[in-house]
Amino acid sequence: MTAANNVLLDLSGVGKRFGGLAALSDVSLHIRRGEIYGLIGPNGAGKTTLFNVVTGLYQMDDGQFTFDGIAYDRCKPHVLAQAGIARTFQNIRLFANMSALENVMVGRHLRTRAGIWGALTRNAGARAEERAIVKRARDLLHYVGIASPHQTLAKHLSYGEQRRLEIARALATDPKLLALDEPAAGMNATETESLKALLQTIRASGVTVLLIEHDVKLILGLCDRVAVLDYGRKIAEGVPEEVRRNPAVIAAYLGGEAA
Amino acid sequence: MRNVPDSLLRHDKRHAWIAFAALAIMLLALPFATDALLGRGWVRIVDFALLYIMLALGLNIVVGYAGLLDLGYIAFFAVGAYCYALLGSPQFGLHWPFWIVLPLGALLACVFGVLLGAPTLKLRGDYLAIVTLGFGEIIRIFLNNLNAPVNITNGPQGISMIDPVRIGGFSLGSTHELFGLTFPSVHLYYYLFLCVTLLVIFVSLRLEDSRIGRAWMAIREDEVAAEAMGINTRNIKLLAFAMGATFGGAAGGLFAGFQGFISPESFGLTESVMIVCMVVLGGMGNIRGVVLGGVLLVLLPEALRHGAGPAQHALFGKTLIDPESLRMLLFGLALIVVMLVRPAGLWPSTQRRRELSPDEDVVHQEQDTVYDSSK
Ligand SMILES: Nc1ncnc2c1ncn2[C@@H]1O[C@H](COP(=O)(O)OP(=O)(O)OP(=O)(O)O)[C@@H](O)[C@H]1O
Ligand SMILES: [Mg+2]
Repeated sequence: MTAANNVLLDLSGVGKRFGGLAALSDVSLHIRRGEIYGLIGPNGAGKTTLFNVVTGLYQMDDGQFTFDGIAYDRCKPHVLAQAGIARTFQNIRLFANMSALENVMVGRHLRTRAGIWGALTRNAGARAEERAIVKRARDLLHYVGIASPHQTLAKHLSYGEQRRLEIARALATDPKLLALDEPAAGMNATETESLKALLQTIRASGVTVLLIEHDVKLILGLCDRVAVLDYGRKIAEGVPEEVRRNPAVIAAYLGGEAA
Repeated sequence: MRNVPDSLLRHDKRHAWIAFAALAIMLLALPFATDALLGRGWVRIVDFALLYIMLALGLNIVVGYAGLLDLGYIAFFAVGAYCYALLGSPQFGLHWPFWIVLPLGALLACVFGVLLGAPTLKLRGDYLAIVTLGFGEIIRIFLNNLNAPVNITNGPQGISMIDPVRIGGFSLGSTHELFGLTFPSVHLYYYLFLCVTLLVIFVSLRLEDSRIGRAWMAIREDEVAAEAMGINTRNIKLLAFAMGATFGGAAGGLFAGFQGFISPESFGLTESVMIVCMVVLGGMGNIRGVVLGGVLLVLLPEALRHGAGPAQHALFGKTLIDPESLRMLLFGLALIVVMLVRPAGLWPSTQRRRELSPDEDVVHQEQDTVYDSSK
C-alpha cells in the first residue's frame, strides 16, 4: 500500500478568518488510517475551528482538504457525514428532549432509507430497517457504557454519560474518522480512564480517531501522533514524547507543566 | 410493544379494548346526543372543532415535530378551500367531483408549502415566524383582490353556492334516511370529518415513530447537531412544510364543501394564531394534547358565547361585557395561566411523563425491539 493510500484526512494550507482574526492559517496535516491523532493547543488556538472546517460547519478561506482520497470544498455537513466524518461537540449538543436511544437512532439516519411511504405503510422492508436501527442503537449504548435506562431523556443523563452518548451517536453514522472535541472535559479521573479504554477499543475496531484534548496525560497515553496549534498555526507535530520536549511547544502551551 | 408479564398484558389488552369500544360508541353517537341535548347548532360547532383539530394536527408536524414556528398556516387552509370552491361552484360554472377537487387542493397546498418553505430554510425562530406571518397575510390579500381585472376569487364577497361534498351520488348536503335513522347534513359531515381526522391522527402517529419523524425532532432539538449527524436539513424541513400544508389544504377543501360559502375573512391572522395556540396549549408534539387543545379552543369560546350573556343578566341584570370581547379576554388569560402553570402544555408528550416514572425503567431495559407486538 502506498503512503497516499494510508492517509485518511489530508489538509494542506487550510486557512480560516473571522474578520481580522486568523483562526487558522496555513495548516497542513495528514491523519493516517487507524491512528489516534491528537490536536492540542492553548485556548483559542483554533482547534474547534479546524473541526468545524472538516465537518462542513464552516467553509475554509484558503487551502483544501481531502478525505479518503476525495477533495471536499464548500460541502454541507451532511455530505461530510455521509463521507464518513463524525464528530462530537465541545459544548455537548445532544437532542436534549429525545431519549438516549433515540439520539443514537438519529445517528443511523444517513445509513438508512425509509421515507414517508415506509413510515406510513410500515411494510416489511421498513419494519426490518427500523428493527435494525433499534438493535444497532442499543448495542452502541452498551458499547460506550451507558448504564442509565435507554429511555432516559438525554438532558437527564449525567455529564459523563452525555459525553458518551455523543460518541455513541457519532459511531452510529458508521464513520471512518471520529472527531472528538474535548471528550474528557469535566470528567473525573476514573471516568477519564474508562474513556481512554473506550477510545482504544474504538480504534481497534478500525475507526480512526481525531482527538482534541487539554488533558496532557490522556494525550500522552493515547495518541500515536500529536499536532500543536497556536494562534491558528501548526507549531509542532510528531509522537507525543517528542512534541512534549519541543521548546516551541513548551513555550506556547505546556509551559511549566512539562519543564 | 413492551415485554411485561403475560397475564398483565392480557389484562391491559382487555382494558384497552373496552376503552376503545367505549370511545368508538361515544364518537359514533356524539352528533345525535349533541343534537338531542344542545340543539343542531352545536353539531355544527362540533364539526368545526373537527376541522380545527385537523388543522392543528397538520401544524403540529411543522411546529411540534420540526420546531418551525409557522404563523401563516391558515394560508394552506385557504388554498385548499379556494381550490375546492373555484372548481366546484357557479363561479366558473365548474362542478368537478369531490374525489378530484379535494386531493387537488391538498396537492396545491403542498406546493405552496414548499414555496413558502424554500426561501425560509435558513431562518430560525422569530424570523421564521415573521416571514410566515407575512406569507399568510399575502395569501389573504391576494384572495381579497383577485376580483379585478379578471374576477377569479370574487374578492371580499367570497364565493357562495359551493357544491356540497358528494360521494358517488350521495350528497352530504341534504338529509338522508339510513338504517331507519335520519341523518341531517351536519351529522353526515361529522362522520366524514371524523374519518379524516382519524386518518390524520394515524398518519401523524406513524410519522412520529419513524426515521423521518426522528429527523424532524432532531432538527427541532439542535439543527447544527442534526446536520452534523448527516441529516439533510433542507429536504427534511421542506418535507415538514409540505406534509403540514397538505393536511391544511385537505381541511380547507372540506371546509369549503361543508360551509358552502367562503370569503377571505375566514383566513385571517387570528385563525392562524388560534391554531398555533391549539398546538402549544395542548402540548406541542403530542397528538392527544393537540386534539385536546383543538377541542377546548373551539368549544370553550362557543360555550362562553352562549353562557356569558344569560349569566351576566342573572348576576347584574344587564350585559356588562359583550360576550365577544369577554371571550378574547378569557382566552388571553387562559393562555397566560397555562404557560405559567404548565409550560409544556396541558397534555405534554408521553416521553416527558415516562421520564417522571422511574418504575417503568425495568420494562424498558427488557424491551428488545420496538416492533415486538407486530411479530
Ligand atoms: N464563529 C466565530 N466567529 C468569530 N470568531 C470565532 C468563531 N469561532 C471561533 N472564533 C475565534 O477563533 C479563535 C479560535 O477559536 P477555537 O474555538 O477554534 O479555539 P479552540 O482551540 O477550540 O479553543 P478552546 O480550547 O478554548 O476550545 C478564537 O479566537 C475564537 O474567538
Ligand atoms: Mg475548542
